[in-house]
Amino acid sequence: MTHVVVVGAGPAGLAAAAAAAEAGARVTLLDGAEHLGGQFWRHARADDDAPRAPRLQHAWSRYRALRDAVRRECEVVLGASVWAIDVSGERAVLHALVGEADGRAREPRSWRPDAVVLATGAHDRTLPFPGWDLPGVVTAGAAQAYAKAEGIALGRRVVVAGAGPFLLPAAVSAATAGSRVVGVYEANPLRTLASGWLPRAWRLAGAWRKGIEAAGYLADLARHRIPYRVGTAVVAAHGRERVEAVTIAALDATWRPVAGSERVVETDAVCVSHGFLPRLELPVAAGCALSAERFVVVDEDQRTSVPGFWAAGEITGIAGADAAIAEGRVAGASAAGAVPDPRALRMRARHGRFAERMHAAHGIRGGWTAWLTDETVVCRCEEVSYGRLVATLRHAPDAGLRSLKLATRAGLGICQARVCGRTVEELIVAERAPGDATSDARPLAIPVRLAELALGEDATPSQRKEHDV
Amino acid sequence: MSEREERVELTVDGETIAGRAGQSIAGVLLAAGRTHWRSTAAGGRPRGLFCGIGVCFDCIVTVNGVRDVRACQRRAHDGDVVLVQGPQDEGRAGEEP
Repeated sequence: MTHVVVVGAGPAGLAAAAAAAEAGARVTLLDGAEHLGGQFWRHARADDDAPRAPRLQHAWSRYRALRDAVRRECEVVLGASVWAIDVSGERAVLHALVGEADGRAREPRSWRPDAVVLATGAHDRTLPFPGWDLPGVVTAGAAQAYAKAEGIALGRRVVVAGAGPFLLPAAVSAATAGSRVVGVYEANPLRTLASGWLPRAWRLAGAWRKGIEAAGYLADLARHRIPYRVGTAVVAAHGRERVEAVTIAALDATWRPVAGSERVVETDAVCVSHGFLPRLELPVAAGCALSAERFVVVDEDQRTSVPGFWAAGEITGIAGADAAIAEGRVAGASAAGAVPDPRALRMRARHGRFAERMHAAHGIRGGWTAWLTDETVVCRCEEVSYGRLVATLRHAPDAGLRSLKLATRAGLGICQARVCGRTVEELIVAERAPGDATSDARPLAIPVRLAELALGEDATPSQRKEHDV
Repeated sequence: MSEREERVELTVDGETIAGRAGQSIAGVLLAAGRTHWRSTAAGGRPRGLFCGIGVCFDCIVTVNGVRDVRACQRRAHDGDVVLVQGPQDEGRAGEEP
């Protein structure tokens, strides 16, 4: 019997696990969180049957159907952080630590399956601006997660800013959790948004649910009297111990702030996201080829370039939960050795163009660096300022990304450049011609405690469970 | 009684803070009105929740003697002893035996 391991239990991973099991495979589904559903269906474990914030959950019945299927048909291992993939042998070995987040005594486990489906998702990307390191400035994803899972409003007067359709649900979440949302500020001007979404709009007809979703959010914004402004951005946050105010400015089409347009708005929580970054640690560890846009390259069956590895969901392109579910169904069936369901193939095709559209409408434009000051923190972990990065770049004009990191420590902190990596790369590009180095490769997919590694090495067979066919 | 209604009590730097079972440590702190708990090593700047999904490590705390636990990812358990981390902790051996 084919053994399929699926990494990630969000929409793509749940769909992949269910499809693989349906196709007759033995399936193990792993996720680092304590709940199924990923960030899209984030909830507290105790709320699994009835989410705390039902109005903030989309297609919850779909979640429950997938959840019930994987619980019935698959081995589900939650709290499983996959920290390495070893592809040196004939079959890949996945190494995970299972237990409480960042705990000391997690159980090392490993699997040597016939096929792996990677569905590790994405996280918010937030561009730096002066004061973005103040407490109270969070990603839009954080605001969503805390509203959905814990019913917590992060502030009384909330500002939502950045770029992308995801700002809308973030604002509605904050309002539903009890915050007054002062405004939603989308960086791209109407012209850019229209040039992304409007041409041949009938081609988006298949993705009608997205349109309805967006319309619903806009209606919610109106109901909560939340203004939605385009071509504007939070260009600075102010405060001492926490954020107390932000400066909002109009931007030109390249995201350069328009002089004289600044105004200061009082706020105690700012939710900022400028898009998403795929979580590429495991695909990169496995050696999967990436596209020029730095997503995992897959074929029509969601196969990656590495035999035995499939990928689905946001790591193959940001396209939302419906596309992720379709891709997961295709990947799961194919990984199990079956022919994917034609309905899943059709559904995936309908969402295919969404990612391009979103990038055209909401993508980051290069003028944003104009809102940085020398003192702006770029790398939050190592507290490296923009001024220091630029001075180092100018001092050593031939230095590449690696030398820059070693000289400044930018990107060498505990988050392993997940937050600042792309930004540092783009700042180098802004200073001079692009290099080919990236921040994607990480020897360990997650930070691991030395004692746990030692345990993994010396573990007795009872401690180290090898799951084989 | 369901898990949802159960209460948990944490000690945070010696102060008792109550939360709901099932909440993350960051959730308990935020619900208690605390927006920041860590101070950075170099600048001593306050930090708290940022990404909320375990990516940025800005919210790390020491839990029951174990350093660098992401408060947004770790579920709060009754009796957890939480210490905030600051520049004074740099270079301390922490939990390694």
